[in-house]
Amino acid sequence: MMDWQKQRSERDARLDAGSRHASGKMVAPESAKALFEAVIRPGDRVCLEGDNQKQADFLAEVLASVDRSRIHDLHIVQSGVVLQAHLDLFERGIARKLDFSYSGPQGAAIARALAAGKIELGAIHTYIELFARYFMDLTPHVALIAAVQADRDGNLYTGPNTEDTPTIVEATAFKSGIVVAQVNEVVDQVSRVDIPGDRVDFIIKSDQPFYVEPLFSLDAAGITENQILMAMMAIKGIYGEYGVRRLNHGIGFPTAAIELLLPTYGEQLGLKGKVATHWALNPHPTLIPAIESGWVEQIHSFGGEVGMEDYISARSDVYFTGHDGTLRSNRLICQTAGLYACDMFIGSTLQIDLAGNSSTVTEGRIAGFGGAPNMGSDVHGRRHPTAAWLKAGREASDGQTTLIRGRKLVVQILETFGEKMKPNFVETLDSVAMAEELKFDLAPVMIYGDDVSHIVTEEGIANLLLCRGPAEREQAIRGVAGFTDVGRARDRKAVEALRQRGVIRRSEDLGIDPLAATRQLLAAHSIEDLVTWSGGLYQPPSKFRNW
Amino acid sequence: MEQFQVRGTVERRAVGHRHQAITGVNASGNLEVLVERALPEHECLVDVSTAVTGFRGIWEAVIQEFFARSSPGGLRFSINDGGARPDTVTLRLMQSVRLMETEA
Amino acid sequence: MSNLLQPQEADWYEAPARERVAGLLDPKSFAEFVGPEQHAMSPHLAQFDLTGAFDDGIVVGRGRLDGQEVFVAAQEGRFLGGAFGEVHGAKLVGLLRAARDGAKRGGPLAVLLLLDTGGVRLQEANAGELAISEIIRAIVEVRSAGIPVLALVGGRAGAFGGGGIITACCSRIVVSEHARVSVSGPEVIETNKGVEEFDSKDRALVWRVCGARTRYLTGGADRYVKGRIQDFREAAIALIPHAPPFELATLKAEQRRLAERLQHFGDCHDAPEIWRKAGLPQPERIAEITDDAFLAIQRPKGADHDAR
Repeated sequence: MMDWQKQRSERDARLDAGSRHASGKMVAPESAKALFEAVIRPGDRVCLEGDNQKQADFLAEVLASVDRSRIHDLHIVQSGVVLQAHLDLFERGIARKLDFSYSGPQGAAIARALAAGKIELGAIHTYIELFARYFMDLTPHVALIAAVQADRDGNLYTGPNTEDTPTIVEATAFKSGIVVAQVNEVVDQVSRVDIPGDRVDFIIKSDQPFYVEPLFSLDAAGITENQILMAMMAIKGIYGEYGVRRLNHGIGFPTAAIELLLPTYGEQLGLKGKVATHWALNPHPTLIPAIESGWVEQIHSFGGEVGMEDYISARSDVYFTGHDGTLRSNRLICQTAGLYACDMFIGSTLQIDLAGNSSTVTEGRIAGFGGAPNMGSDVHGRRHPTAAWLKAGREASDGQTTLIRGRKLVVQILETFGEKMKPNFVETLDSVAMAEELKFDLAPVMIYGDDVSHIVTEEGIANLLLCRGPAEREQAIRGVAGFTDVGRARDRKAVEALRQRGVIRRSEDLGIDPLAATRQLLAAHSIEDLVTWSGGLYQPPSKFRNW
Repeated sequence: MEQFQVRGTVERRAVGHRHQAITGVNASGNLEVLVERALPEHECLVDVSTAVTGFRGIWEAVIQEFFARSSPGGLRFSINDGGARPDTVTLRLMQSVRLMETEA
Repeated sequence: MSNLLQPQEADWYEAPARERVAGLLDPKSFAEFVGPEQHAMSPHLAQFDLTGAFDDGIVVGRGRLDGQEVFVAAQEGRFLGGAFGEVHGAKLVGLLRAARDGAKRGGPLAVLLLLDTGGVRLQEANAGELAISEIIRAIVEVRSAGIPVLALVGGRAGAFGGGGIITACCSRIVVSEHARVSVSGPEVIETNKGVEEFDSKDRALVWRVCGARTRYLTGGADRYVKGRIQDFREAAIALIPHAPPFELATLKAEQRRLAERLQHFGDCHDAPEIWRKAGLPQPERIAEITDDAFLAIQRPKGADHDAR
């Protein structure tokens, strides 16, 4: 007779073994290692909550310390490989296989580990892809998550940095998996129920609160005049031109400059209320002046941002907050909003090639994808129209009028040269060589050229939607690639013709005065200015306090 | 340190009546540009003084492109450079031409 | 006008020297002496493989402040840290002497020194030191002739080294939050006394010790202003009529003031201790509160004075 409930029996056995180390659902921190050795089996798929910002760091340290003879060859499925402990799992043979999405701080270490054969790589995913696979073929057997509060029934409050937790728990709990949570405190009643208790099996109160990385606190003191010039071009030549109301900003100085120019330059152009009203965005402190100036109707966030908690609670008309008053974020949902309910993505990258493909792979570092490929892609499944989407679609259709589709604006904004005169425009992406070396099926591309609608550099805006064919696209890219080798190899006549057609627009074509591109135009010059704008509600983490 | 000149001939005279202007600062990644209306109407000249050697080819390309783009006829530019990237050089040159269009 | 902002509305800290002068003075009233077109540049930097500045990093000239003639000098803090070199120093000495000599004929009303300097330019050390000495002597002569000399500090470099001493010789001192006024720089203190004594990377510490708020609350500055050029302008206009005369009585009063300050606070190790002793509200938070909240604080006894 077929046993169709094997996973359920397995779960019961593990719970039974684990219960010896628990009192109800509560497990003492000293017993965490024993608990893991009771509920985790060799070869398990384990999701250790390494989100973009939030880290289940206590559980990571415990997992990295388990007896290798009892727990080995784990298959790690997690969004972010961020902590040293995440890599220690592979060093020590506790884990063997990896499917992940983002590895920012550990980019070099991951590249080394892969090259040395320490990690068997499944694939590098985008966030949504990985979440999707949690429900298809990468369902975790065990989820190790982080929460702010728990009550004794296992109800969890995950707070502003809810991020990936609901998605991870949904996949694990409803497929007979085991869910273990580290929490900052155990209370009689949680502030709000982000995760219902019947999905949570074990709770460990850690000595220290879980770690959260402040990723979105850019210091405006670092914004340069050229970034301001590019931001002005983007606001006038794209935001205003297409009437972009719903958007997502990638992290970076050019987009931070745009956020800080809305209340000043955007105001001068009369764009308030017409652009940048609805956002899929983490709580960027640099958007505070625009919010305070009345530009923003609504923001949904992937995660939180350290120091923004009180500001968010005080601006509940703008941010998504629970009835307890604090932010509720959700990466899966916000990514979907960015995909289907936004008309534009704009972000920076490290390298662009002649077809407009971009990558953040540089020699010796694999940063993964995160959410950018999703945000920065045109979604064919979209059906509802907006003016911006239809206009972009018409431009891309090259005169054809029947059964055309709309297009999402996918904008790459970057300087032609990076640090130490490293060119950001190249003939061939570094990731091609890396893929050969590591034997990947595909070279890792962050955003494919055929998804890109515009490239903005200090030399101007290239509208790729208006390009007919790869040859024009190549010259349009060379035409804004400045004095990099790629730029200098342009066909001057071809580029001039593109400029005549409006495919390339320089700052003077957009009517932008270079004298206006100064830091005086920024609504805030420093993190301290943002604190002032917020009326003291924004409390930057100490590493940003420089006064 | 390198010092060199780049000359050009352009179609149009630089707009305005202002005699001189200055913009930028000689600091890291930045440059100072002094501009004077001191040449015949279709000539332009840039005197470059830079502490970063070996980039003369890029300087010439940047300056010639600037001449073609802005047609600054009659203007002499003097530069003290602190290691600015090409985009910053272009921006400062364009800013200096714009200043010459304004009233002193 | 291509810029959104009027010149006075611009931020002082972010503005180059010439823009500070333009926004400080009455519109279009500034006439520059020894302007950049004269290429009066440092004769010394080339041998260090350094490029210079056409004005050697200082703008000097005359203009009008609320209709009255003033002389102005503004250092460019981003050029070699605003440091004093031979030509730079000579321009300021010349300006001060011109003011002194002009006193016999009735003007200028005041001399405004927009200081933004780390002190002496090491590559021109001797010339720089000499210049600073000459500047100090010239300031004394200008003040003795009845012309106030104001120091306006709020830029990237602060007023360190000889620049700090020059500041302290002025009739009135205006600072914004970015300012630091001191003689020894933080790195120098750390190098000589060790990081436990003074961690130069601890910016909060640097500002607590020699920053604008501390100077203002201990009588080391006369006005604390918010960061726009307009705020400095208003402060200068307000302070000029109340500048103390440069005479023995003033110097004696200054000695008494400094002695009393030392007596009251000399055993304090950090600013919050001083604020606590002085009975200020929330001493630990003085550095963090907004400018508006800071300006609402009543200064400790002795901080408000005309003994300089």
